[in-house]
Amino acid sequence: MSETQKPTWLDRHSKIERNATLLMVFSFLVVTIGGIVEIAPLFWLENTIEEVEGVRPYSPLELAGRDIYVREGCYVCHSQMIRPMRDENERYGHYSLAAESMYDHPFQWGSKRTGPDLARVGGRYSDDWHVAHLSNPQSLVPESVMPKYDYLTRTRFEPETLTALMKTHRFVGVPYTDEMIENAVADANVQVNPDGDYDGLLERYPGAQVRSFDGQPGISEMDALVAYLQMLGTLVDFSTFQPDASR
Amino acid sequence: MTTHKDDKDIGTTGHSWDGIEELNNPLPRWWLWTLYGCIVWAVVYTILYPAWPMVSGATSGVLGWSTRGAVAEEIAAVDEAQSGLRAELEATDLNTLAANEPLHRFAVQAGGSLFANNCAQCHGAGAAGAKGYPNLLDDDWLWGGQIEQVAYTIRHGIRNEDDPDARYSQMPAFGEILTRPEIDTLVAHVQSLSSGADPLAGAGGEMFSANCVACHGEDAKGNRDMGAPNLTDAIWLYGSDTATLTTTISKARFGVMPAWGLRLDEAEVRALAAYVHQLGGGEATTEE
Repeated sequence: MSETQKPTWLDRHSKIERNATLLMVFSFLVVTIGGIVEIAPLFWLENTIEEVEGVRPYSPLELAGRDIYVREGCYVCHSQMIRPMRDENERYGHYSLAAESMYDHPFQWGSKRTGPDLARVGGRYSDDWHVAHLSNPQSLVPESVMPKYDYLTRTRFEPETLTALMKTHRFVGVPYTDEMIENAVADANVQVNPDGDYDGLLERYPGAQVRSFDGQPGISEMDALVAYLQMLGTLVDFSTFQPDASR
Repeated sequence: MTTHKDDKDIGTTGHSWDGIEELNNPLPRWWLWTLYGCIVWAVVYTILYPAWPMVSGATSGVLGWSTRGAVAEEIAAVDEAQSGLRAELEATDLNTLAANEPLHRFAVQAGGSLFANNCAQCHGAGAAGAKGYPNLLDDDWLWGGQIEQVAYTIRHGIRNEDDPDARYSQMPAFGEILTRPEIDTLVAHVQSLSSGADPLAGAGGEMFSANCVACHGEDAKGNRDMGAPNLTDAIWLYGSDTATLTTTISKARFGVMPAWGLRLDEAEVRALAAYVHQLGGGEATTEE
């Protein structure tokens, strides 16, 4: 300390620096405050998801399609998150709501759009289009750089894995009931069979679309993937949805 | 320039190792004030804007700003700016739209943007179509090329399950009706129609007369009321090679188009109709 400068209030930190116990106590205090500020809000994370009518867990077939979506790395080029900006709303539709991905584990929001956002791709194109496009994207969109997924039509889907898949999703918080899990295989089989008895499926998963998605008999992975794509963003009825402006 | 003080004037922290002392230089004043400024700015910001997570939700900020509110305002501002032209487009008779130069220009521009976003995936960026998805540049129309007919097709779509007014027809799958040799005969006959063969001549003509004329007509020029294509014009939606045509006849095709009236508003549907109509194949309106 030079004689021309008087010790200021800030200079008192030298006391802390010279006392190991004091330094440790204060360090602990700082880490505690930082920890509370960063961690505590996570316990009330649920309140960031507004309750929205229509959102339901994926049907078994849709969930299987979602698994294929993740397996094939679709998220590398496609996001599923329409941001609240006018240009995105004009192009893709209503901005995404937190509730719409509340049953996604892991979420597919993505951060890169080599291809377009898919959050509301459901119902936008016909099943035939999806099958033709996934099989050979360039046949419909010559300028596309998307790879071909034609083998999905030839790959039989194994519904036997569904029970374990749904149990896993229940483990991480998706409210699948015992009834849903017991009926997983039957529900997947009936969702591609419009002649079957799909009342139970619709009761468990309101709004599920029932038809042969790839136009071929049996369940292929293409069926599952197209079933998933065709329901994306279709669960919430935006003609009646009132956005909570504070969110 | 500030004059640099001599080291002696600055003083030391009192730390000394082997005669090396640590100077107690104060932090530069500009740096300190920037730091204090940032702290004040952050506090003010968290008061004005949504910030602190609480138990039942985050603080909303005294300005009342929200992302949702901001985007809603922005959309409302653009809607407001276009409301005059949109209302005019919704009210106008599509058949006379082309005569209204400024409105037509607005409709075609808006329709172009809408087409790129909604239609190009099937019909192609240049509207030239793809296998199974018609070319919109030519004058070969399945369901009619007058502007009101185009608007109807866009509004209600084709063979979709969402709109009860969708255009609908279904060709029978002749694989379940005819034998394979009969289908082969029919395929060869249909292939010959484009080079001017008589639709009703020969063995193929008999088959054609018995099975196809109800929709495609005795002259094989199709029927737009049923979306039955003209088979004499050498324009093929799925292809004219023997294998493709055999599939078409034996399994039938069932091309689907979404009902865009359920996704777009009336002005947008009309803008799209105006855009598609002026691409090259649009037909003048005739009295029905």
